[in-house]
Amino acid sequence: MAAAAGPALQGEIQTQPTNWHAIIMFMIFVTMTMGITYWAAGRTKSTADFYTAGGGITGFQNGLAIAGDYMSAATLLGLTAMTFSRGYDAYIYMMAFFAGWPIILFLMAERLRNLGRFTFSDITSYRLDPSVRTMAALSSLVVVVFYLIAQMVGAGQLIKLLFGLEYNVAIFAVGVLMMVYVTVGGMVATTWVQIIKACLLLFGGTLVLILGFSQFGFSLTTLLEKAQAVHKQGTSLMAPGSLLSDPVTALSLGLGLMFGTAGLPHILMRFFTVGNAKEARKSVLYASGFVGFFFNVIFLMGLVAILLVGQNPEYFEGGDIKGALIGGGNMVAMHLAHAVGGNMLLGFLAAVAFATILAVVSGLALAGASAIAHDIYARVIRKGECTDKEEIKVSRIATIALGILAIILGIAFEKMNIAFMVGLAFGVAAAANFPVLILSMYWKGLTTRGALWGGYSGVTSAVLFVVFSKSVWVDVLHNAAPLFPYTQPALFAMPIAFICAYVFSVSDSSARATKEREAFEDQYVRAQTGFGASGASH
Amino acid sequence: MSSVIYERLRRNPKFDELVQKRGRFAWTLAAIVLIIFYGFFMLIAFNPKMLGQPIAEGSMWAIGYTAELVMFVFFWLLTLLYVRRANGEFDDLTAQIIKEAQKETN
Repeated sequence: MAAAAGPALQGEIQTQPTNWHAIIMFMIFVTMTMGITYWAAGRTKSTADFYTAGGGITGFQNGLAIAGDYMSAATLLGLTAMTFSRGYDAYIYMMAFFAGWPIILFLMAERLRNLGRFTFSDITSYRLDPSVRTMAALSSLVVVVFYLIAQMVGAGQLIKLLFGLEYNVAIFAVGVLMMVYVTVGGMVATTWVQIIKACLLLFGGTLVLILGFSQFGFSLTTLLEKAQAVHKQGTSLMAPGSLLSDPVTALSLGLGLMFGTAGLPHILMRFFTVGNAKEARKSVLYASGFVGFFFNVIFLMGLVAILLVGQNPEYFEGGDIKGALIGGGNMVAMHLAHAVGGNMLLGFLAAVAFATILAVVSGLALAGASAIAHDIYARVIRKGECTDKEEIKVSRIATIALGILAIILGIAFEKMNIAFMVGLAFGVAAAANFPVLILSMYWKGLTTRGALWGGYSGVTSAVLFVVFSKSVWVDVLHNAAPLFPYTQPALFAMPIAFICAYVFSVSDSSARATKEREAFEDQYVRAQTGFGASGASH
Repeated sequence: MSSVIYERLRRNPKFDELVQKRGRFAWTLAAIVLIIFYGFFMLIAFNPKMLGQPIAEGSMWAIGYTAELVMFVFFWLLTLLYVRRANGEFDDLTAQIIKEAQKETN
C-alpha cells in the first residue's frame, strides 16, 4: 500500500522508532511556545493577567483556544481508535461531546461572563458562604486530576512509540514543560499554546483525511463498501453496537458528556478571558464550529484507517493483521498519517499530538492552580486579604505540585484506555460542578447549606460510582465483579446532587439563608445585564 | 451603592422585556437541542437496528449517521442564530437599560 504524498522512506519501518521528523517538528513547536511564554511572562503582572490574560482575548481567539483546550489527545487518538475498532459507536460519543456546546451558549455563557472573575467558583459562591467556594474548588480539583491522568497516559504512550523514550521519562518531560508554560507565562502563554495547537491540529487532521479519503475518490459510499467488507463488524459497522447496548448506559453517557462539558473547570475558566458577554458568545460559536468540524474529520479518519491501517501488515506486531497494532490501540491515527504521508506526515501529526497534550495539561494545571490559589488560598484562607504577588506565588507553587502529582498518577495509570478515562472525568464534572453552578445562576432558593450538600453529594457519588464500576473495581483493583453495574455515573450522580441541593435549600430556614435568597436579586440583574461585571467597560 | 443601580435597572420595564424575550429564545433553542439529542439517544438505546438501516434501498448512508451529521450542522446553526440575535437586538436593549439607569443618577 503506497503512500499518497510525502517523501519516501517507506519499506522497513518500525521497531527503530526514533523519528527525526517528529523530533524536529516538536522542537520547533517547543521553541516557538517557549518564546511566547517568555513574551507572556512580561505581560503577566496581576492575578487577572495570570488567570485570565487580563480579559483581553477576542472571541475568535478564545474560540480557537477553547477548541484547543477541548480537543485533547484522547479526542484525536482515542476516538479515531474507537472508530477504527467499533465504527459508528464512536460517532455517537462525538455527538455527546459536541451537544453540550449549544447548551452552554444558550443557558450559561453570558451569565458565566457577567458573574465570574477568575474561576467558576466565583459564581457559585457569589452570594453564598466561602465554604461553598471551598467545595467548588475541591470538586474542580477532582475533575482536573481525572482529566490529567488521561492526558498523561496518552502522552506517555505516544512518546514511547515515537521517540523510543521510556514511558516514565516521557511523562516526566510533559509534566516539566507544562510547569514551565503555566508558572512562567500564566494564561497568556497557555492561551497561545492552545491557539497554535488548535490550528496545527485542525490542519494536520484535515490533511491526513484529505490524503486518505482521496484514495477512495472522496466517496463515502466507496469507502464504506470497502470498509464493511474487511471489518469484523461487517455490515453493522455503521449501526449502534455493543458499547451503548443498554438504555441506562446510553442515557448516562449522553448526560455525562453533555453536562460534563458544562462543568469542566478549565473550559469554564476560558469564559473569563474575554472582555464581555458578546465576546463570550462568539467564543462558543467559533469553538463549537471547530469542534464539530473536527469530530467529523476524526470519524472519517477512523473509517479510512480501517482500510489503510487495518489491512496493512506493516502496522501490526509480527505483521499479522489479526494481531495487535504496533504501539497499542491508540496509535491508529499515527499509523494512518504514516500510511498516507510517510514519515514526514507521521512526524507532523505526532508533534501535533504532543503539542495537544501539552496545551490541554497546561489548561488543566492552570484551572487546578486557580482553584488552589485563588479560591482556597486567597479567598477562603486569607479571606481576600492577600496581595496579587502572594496569590500568583501560591499559584505557581500549586502548578508545580499539580505537575508532580500528574507525573506520579500518569505512571500509576499506564494501562488505562484514555478515551474511557476522559468519560469518567466528564461524569464527575457533570455531577459535581454543573448542578451547583447552574442552580446558583438560575435558582433564587439555593442556599449555602443546599449548595454544600449538592456539591459534596455529587462529587462523592460520582467518584464512588466510578470506583465501584468495572473500570476501577475490577480492572484496577482486581475484584471479581463490579459493585456498580454501569460504567457511566452521570444518570445516577446528577439527580443525587440536584435533589440534595434542592432539599437542603428549601428546608434551610436560617437567617443566613434568608439573606442569601434576598441577595439573588442583585446577582440576577448583573447576570442579565452584565452591569458591574469584572473587566466590562460600563 | 451598586444595589441602588441594580434596583433601578430592574425597575425599567425594558429589563423585563429583555429578560422575557431572551429567556424565551434561549430556552426554546435549548429545548430543541435537548429534545433532539435525548430523543436520538433513546433511539440508540431502544431501536439501534433502525439507525443502522440505509436511508434508501442500496445506499451506504445509514439513517443514524445521516441524522447525526444533520444534527451537527443544525445545532451549530442554532448557535449562530442565538449569537446573532443576542449580540444585536438583546445587547442593544441591554445597553439602553444601563444608559437609562445611569442617567437617573445625574
